[in-house]
Amino acid sequence: MIRLLHPLLALLFAPLLQGIIMKTQAFFAGRQGPPVIQPYHDLARLFRKGAVFSETTTWVFRAGPAIGLTIGILCLIFLPLGNMPAMVSFHGDLIFLIYLLSLHRFFTVIAAMDTGSAFEGMGASREMSFSALAEPAFFFGLATIARLTGTLSLDQLIHGININLWQTHVGSLALVVVGLFLVFLAENSRIPVDDPSTHLELTMIHEVMVLDHSGVDFGFIEYAAALKLWILGSVIVGIAIPVRTGIPGIDISAMCLGLICLAVIIGIVGSIMARLRLLQVPQLLVGACIFSVIGFLIQ
Amino acid sequence: MFPLLVSLGLMLFAAVVAIVPVAKPQTRAKLSAIIAVVADGIGLVPCVSVLTGHPGMTFVAPWQMPFCSFALNLDALSAFFLVPILGLSMAAAVFGVPYLRHATDEANLGAAWCSFHILVASMVTVMLAANGLLFLIAWELTVLSSFFLVVLDRDNEVNRQAGWIYLTASHLGTVFIILCFLLLERETGSLDFSAFSHAALLSPAFKGFLFLLAVLGFGTKAGFIPFHVWLPEAHPAAPSHVSALMSGVMIKTGIYGIVRILYFLGHPSPWWGWLLITIGLVSGVLGILFALSQNDIKKLLAYCSVENIGIIAMGLGLGLLGLSLGNRDVAVLGFAGGLLHVLNHAVFKGLLFLGSGAVLEQTGTRDMDRMGGLLKRMPYTGATFLVGCLSICGLPPFNGFISEFFIYFAAFAAVLNGSLSLAVPGLFIIVGLSLIGGLAASCFAKAFSIIFLGNPRQARAAEAQEVAWSMRGPMMVLASLCAVISFVAPSLLGIFERVLGVFPEFSTGPDVTSSLAQVATPLFIITASGFLFFTILGSIVMTRVGLLANRKVETSVTWDCGYAQPSVKMQYTGSSFSQPLVELFNSVLGTETQMSGVDGYFPRKGSFLSHSANIFIEKLFKPAFTRIETLSHRFSWIQNGVVQAYVFYITITLVFLLIGGLM
Repeated sequence: MIRLLHPLLALLFAPLLQGIIMKTQAFFAGRQGPPVIQPYHDLARLFRKGAVFSETTTWVFRAGPAIGLTIGILCLIFLPLGNMPAMVSFHGDLIFLIYLLSLHRFFTVIAAMDTGSAFEGMGASREMSFSALAEPAFFFGLATIARLTGTLSLDQLIHGININLWQTHVGSLALVVVGLFLVFLAENSRIPVDDPSTHLELTMIHEVMVLDHSGVDFGFIEYAAALKLWILGSVIVGIAIPVRTGIPGIDISAMCLGLICLAVIIGIVGSIMARLRLLQVPQLLVGACIFSVIGFLIQ
Repeated sequence: MFPLLVSLGLMLFAAVVAIVPVAKPQTRAKLSAIIAVVADGIGLVPCVSVLTGHPGMTFVAPWQMPFCSFALNLDALSAFFLVPILGLSMAAAVFGVPYLRHATDEANLGAAWCSFHILVASMVTVMLAANGLLFLIAWELTVLSSFFLVVLDRDNEVNRQAGWIYLTASHLGTVFIILCFLLLERETGSLDFSAFSHAALLSPAFKGFLFLLAVLGFGTKAGFIPFHVWLPEAHPAAPSHVSALMSGVMIKTGIYGIVRILYFLGHPSPWWGWLLITIGLVSGVLGILFALSQNDIKKLLAYCSVENIGIIAMGLGLGLLGLSLGNRDVAVLGFAGGLLHVLNHAVFKGLLFLGSGAVLEQTGTRDMDRMGGLLKRMPYTGATFLVGCLSICGLPPFNGFISEFFIYFAAFAAVLNGSLSLAVPGLFIIVGLSLIGGLAASCFAKAFSIIFLGNPRQARAAEAQEVAWSMRGPMMVLASLCAVISFVAPSLLGIFERVLGVFPEFSTGPDVTSSLAQVATPLFIITASGFLFFTILGSIVMTRVGLLANRKVETSVTWDCGYAQPSVKMQYTGSSFSQPLVELFNSVLGTETQMSGVDGYFPRKGSFLSHSANIFIEKLFKPAFTRIETLSHRFSWIQNGVVQAYVFYITITLVFLLIGGLM
C-alpha cells in the first residue's frame, strides 16, 4: 500500500509546486501574488469549460493532450521518492522513463504543428531542438550516478544514494546535480531557457505550442506539465537530498520539503535572471552535459 | 531446404513471367507479383521453423564451376535475416502493383518487375550461400538488378547519375570482399564457408586485416559513413516500393556479411569493437543530422537509414568489445540489440518508404514543403506513417524502442562494469544514442507534421486522395507489426539464443540464456505498461468525452494574433523547422543558404533557398577521383589505338611470362 503513496502525493500536490513557484516570484516582484492553490482553481475552471478547435486540426490535435496526461500518470508508477520505493521497478526503468517523456514531447509538438500556425511551428521547432541537446545531458548524469551506485534501476539508484556516498563522492554528485538541474529547467520550460509567463508569442517555447488548446484539453496539458515538474523534480531531489533514515515519516517529509525547496529555487532563479537569448540555450545545455562529464571523470 | 528452393524457383519464374510478352504488361505485372508473394510465403516457412528451434538445413548440388559449389546452408543467422527480406518483399510486391502503374510507363513495366524478382531472389541466395564464389555471384546480381531499378526512370539525368554512383560504389566495395574471400581461401584451402571457420586459428593481426577488409567491403553496402555516398542518391531514385526493399533489407546484407565473417574469425580483438562503435557513432549522428536538413522526403528517409545502420553498428561493436574483454552480458545484449534493430528497421523503414510512395503518387512531388494537410485526405496513410515515425524514433510502445533498449541496456551494463576500457565506450554509446534519439524525434516530427498536418501548401496536395486498398494494406500490416514486435518482445529472446548459438564464440563458456534472461523481466514490464498506457489513455479519453458531452464545442480559425489575412505560406516549413539544429551543426553539414530581395520600406519580392550538399561527395570523393583521373591520363599514351602496338604489348607480356616460367 505504501507504494501507492507517491503516485497519490504526486497526483494531488503536483500543481501545488507551481503555486509555490508563482508565490516566490510574486514575493521577489514585491507583489502579494495569487494564493498558492491558484493552479487548482485554474484547473477546475478549465475542466468546467467547453472547447474551441481550429478547423485546420485533426485527431492529432485532440490526442496530444490526452496522451501527454496518460504518460504523466504512467511515469509515476516507476518513480521512487527517496527511500520510498516505486510501485514497479526493473532494470533499465530510467531509460523507459526518459523515452516516455520523449513520447510526451513528440505528441505535444505534432499537436502544435497540427494547427498550421507559424507561432506554434516556431515553438515546436525550438522545443525539439533544445530537447535533442537536453536528453544526452540527462542520460550522462544518470549514467554517472548509475556507475556510482552500481545499478540501473531508478528505484535502487535513488535508494543507493546516502550520506556516505555524498561524503566520498561529493564533487561528482554535486556536479551531476547541477547538470541535471539545468536540464530540469529546460525540460520544464523555466527561466533561463523559456519563460512561461511572457506575453509575446515570438519569445515562448512551451506556452506557444499550446496556444490553440482550450478547455478540458488545456486543463490536461497544464496538469501534465505539473506532473512532469514533479517527476523530474523528485529525481533531482532524490539525488540531492541523501536522507535515508529508514523511518518512512522522516524520509517522506525530507523529500517533500526538498520538492518545496526546489520550487522556491525555480522561483528565485526565475525572478533574478532574465531569459537567455535563444542562441545561448544550446550553450547552456552543452554546459549541463559538461558538468556531468566532469562528474563522471572525477568519481 | 526444399521450400526455399521452390521459393527461389518461383521467383525466377515470376521474373520470366514479367518479361515474356504473352499478355498485356499490366496483367503480367500483376501475375508475377502474385507468384512472388506466394514464393515469399513458401520461403518463410523453413526460416520460421529454424528460428523456432528446428535444426538448420544444408543443400549441395553438383556444379561444374572451378572453386565453386552450389552449397546452400540455412542456419539461424540466415533465417533471421531471411524473415525480413521475404516479409518485406511480400509487402513491396503487393504495394508495387498499383504503384508502378502510375510511376512508370508500360514499356518499362516488364523490366521493372523482372529486376524486382531477381533482386529478391539474389538477396535470398546471398543469405543462403555457403560458398564464397556463389555468394559473390549472388551479391553481384543484387547490385545489378537494383541498379536497373534505380535507373528505371532513365530520362531523368539525376537518376542516371545516381545509378552510376551506386554502381561504382558497390563495385569498389566488392573489391574488398573479393580480397577478403581470396585471402580466406588461401589460408583455409577452400572457398566453402565450412572451411572458412578454420580462420579462427589465424594470427590476431591477420584476422584483424580480414575484419578490416570485411568492414570496408560490406560497410559500403551497409552505408557506413563515409562509404554511404551512394545511398542518399540511389534510394530516392528507385520506385518507392523498391526503395523500401533497398533501405529496409538490401543494405542489411552488408550487416549480414560482417556478422558472417565475424562468425568465422573466432575471438575478436578489442579494437574491432572500437572500430565498429566509432563508425556507428559517426554514421548515427551524422546520418540523422543530414536527414534533418533534407526537404526531400525520400532523401530524408535514405539518410535516416545511414543513422539506423549506425545504431546497428553500435550494438554489434559493443557486442564485439564485450566478447573480447570477456564480459558476457555486454556481448550478448549488444549483439542481440544490433540484430533486433536489423529486423525492426526493415519493418518501419519499409513502412515509411511505402508511405512516402503513397504521398508521392498523390502529390507528384518529393518536396515536403509542397505538401501539408494530407492527414485529412489520406487518413490511413497518415496514421500508419505516424506509427512508422514513432517506431523509428525509438519511442515506446513501438518496436524501435525495444532494440534501442537492448543496446542501452548493454551500454549501461558496460558502464556499471568496473574497467574503464568498457565503461567509456558504453558511456559514449549512451550519450550518442540519446543524442541520435533526440535528433531523430526532431527529424520525424518535422517529416510527419510538414507532410500530413497543417494546411496544404499546394493545389495538388489539396486534391490528394487516399490510395488504393492494395497500397494501404501493406502499410497497415507493417504498422501493426511495429506494435506486435514490441508486444511479443519477451518471447523473441529464444530466437536470439539460437541466432547467437551459431556463433562459435558463444557456444563455449557461460550460457547465452542467462545473459538474455536479464532483460526478460524488463521487457515483460515494458510490454505490460504498453497495455496499461492504452488503459489509462482510454479512461482519459472517456473522461474527456464525458466532460465535453453537454458543452459548447466550436470550430474556428487557428489563432493568428489577429492578423487579418493568414495564408498557407505563413506556415512553418520543413527548412524552418529544422533551422535551429541545422544552424547549430552547420560546421559538419555545410548547408548553404541564399537570401535575396527583402529590402526597402515596401519589399515586393523575396526568396530564400537552403540546400544541403552531399559534402562527402564534394569534399572527399570528387577530389580523390579527379586526382586518380589526372594520374591515369598520364598513362593514356599506352592506349593509343594502334593495333600493332597492342600486339606488341601482348608479345612483350608473353615473353615475360615465358621467362618467368623458365626461371
